[in-house]
Amino acid sequence: MLNDGMLSNGWHWLVVIGSIANILACWWLLRWSAKTKVKSNDDNTTGHIWDEDITELNNPLPRWWLGLFYGSILFALGYLVLYPGLGNYKGTLGWSQESQLVEDTTRVESKIAETQKFWNDYSTEDLLSNRSVLKTGKRIFANNCAMCHGSGGQGAIGYPNLTDKDWQWGHGFDQLVDIITNGRTARGMMAWKDSLGGEQGVKDVAAYVRKLGGLEHDEKEAEVGMTLYNKTCIGCHGPTGAGLQALGAPKLSDEYWLYGSDLDSLYETIANGRSGQMPAQKDLLNSYRIRAVVAYVMSLSKKNEEDNKQANVKESSN
Amino acid sequence: MEHQTLEKNINLMAVFIVLVISVAGIIQIVPLMTQKEVREPAEGIKPYTPLQLAGRDVYVSEGCYNCHSQMIRPFRSEVERYGPYSVAGESVYDRPHQWGSKRTGPDLARVGGRYSDDWHRVHLLNPRNLVPESNMPGYPWLAENTLDPELMKKKIKALQMLGDPYSDEVFDTIEKDFADKTEMDALIIYLQNMGTNRTGRKRND
Repeated sequence: MLNDGMLSNGWHWLVVIGSIANILACWWLLRWSAKTKVKSNDDNTTGHIWDEDITELNNPLPRWWLGLFYGSILFALGYLVLYPGLGNYKGTLGWSQESQLVEDTTRVESKIAETQKFWNDYSTEDLLSNRSVLKTGKRIFANNCAMCHGSGGQGAIGYPNLTDKDWQWGHGFDQLVDIITNGRTARGMMAWKDSLGGEQGVKDVAAYVRKLGGLEHDEKEAEVGMTLYNKTCIGCHGPTGAGLQALGAPKLSDEYWLYGSDLDSLYETIANGRSGQMPAQKDLLNSYRIRAVVAYVMSLSKKNEEDNKQANVKESSN
Repeated sequence: MEHQTLEKNINLMAVFIVLVISVAGIIQIVPLMTQKEVREPAEGIKPYTPLQLAGRDVYVSEGCYNCHSQMIRPFRSEVERYGPYSVAGESVYDRPHQWGSKRTGPDLARVGGRYSDDWHRVHLLNPRNLVPESNMPGYPWLAENTLDPELMKKKIKALQMLGDPYSDEVFDTIEKDFADKTEMDALIIYLQNMGTNRTGRKRND
């Protein structure tokens, strides 16, 4: 028979008596060993000899050490009165791990509510210029977003860089809030190898895609690739490779390449498909935290832009 | 009895040492064995599917527990970062449990559904491809190692003997389930299930 929540009487008393008896036994052991006389020799050794010449002095236990021992016994008794430790006994303070957690959470959440809930009413400009918003946003980003987008928002292969001007699913404050809240899955980029007529077809399209991006390419392959592209890819990526943010179809005519622009990466992308995923954060972050993290993300690309501007100014002044 | 008798007779001393240690065990551990919340599965906890179990075995054999815990303590900071705190009934089908006490990496008890399958694949091959600062080793061989359905059948039989509620139908699908899967697939399936009973998150696929 299993018990629910409480120990049965027998086990309860075993714990109570066992614990207290143990503590009292420690006390008794200290008293007993202090009283017991050990026969000692004239030079104050016990007469034990190990390894031919190692002997043992018969000194009393150091007082400070004894004091600590007695002190911890008293501490243990006091603890068991105040806190839960003896079977089903709850302690006079009524403390439990769970009540502590609830208390901490209520205290912090009410503090947070005092300040952060107003973030829901702040305008984009207010949020972007508020240092405590950006600081909170940065922390949330480090905990929730950095694993894919990088600790500085620099992204990784397959995970968009957030510091540049390229936005796969659109830009703007409300759009970013929606992306983070509800997540996005790019479903359109399936494995196209078969419908492009096999390996060569994929290579041809890859060449044409590089042409759209203004990269070095094989002109002959790109020509065949264009026909295939216009049949297969145009629906999402557009006739000039402008992409379609509503579907998360990346722009192909710029210098940003989510999965790499070399022929091998492009081949892999086109032949076997890609399915980028931005997981929904609504269960993890509440609305004002999402607004804070959006403000932080927007500040990343803004900062990058300003840095570039400054660099350009420097260059032109040289 | 003289103290010397005990000190000079190693067998007698061993008996006394065992006695002293078991007092703590009897008082701290044994009473818990009569408790429902320790012995019965928590809400939503089911025995591992064969693929999840295979993934769990990879987790154990690669020593993931050396750096990752699977126990969220009931502190606000932990609940805030990872999700609902862990309870004993979540580990009833874990033999042995993977709670751990060392966090070189983050706790994984609520990692299910937090990242995409693809993320896990890239991350397990070489974590630095995604997180440049990471000091976790890569596990590229997992993508090449296949799974052994016969061994899994034996494992599940053993678990049945220990009382885990597997029906015999589970054996019919093991071969089919394992056919095109690697150790990495199994590990990801295991990770994506972790904690979903508490967080309500689903795998995104």
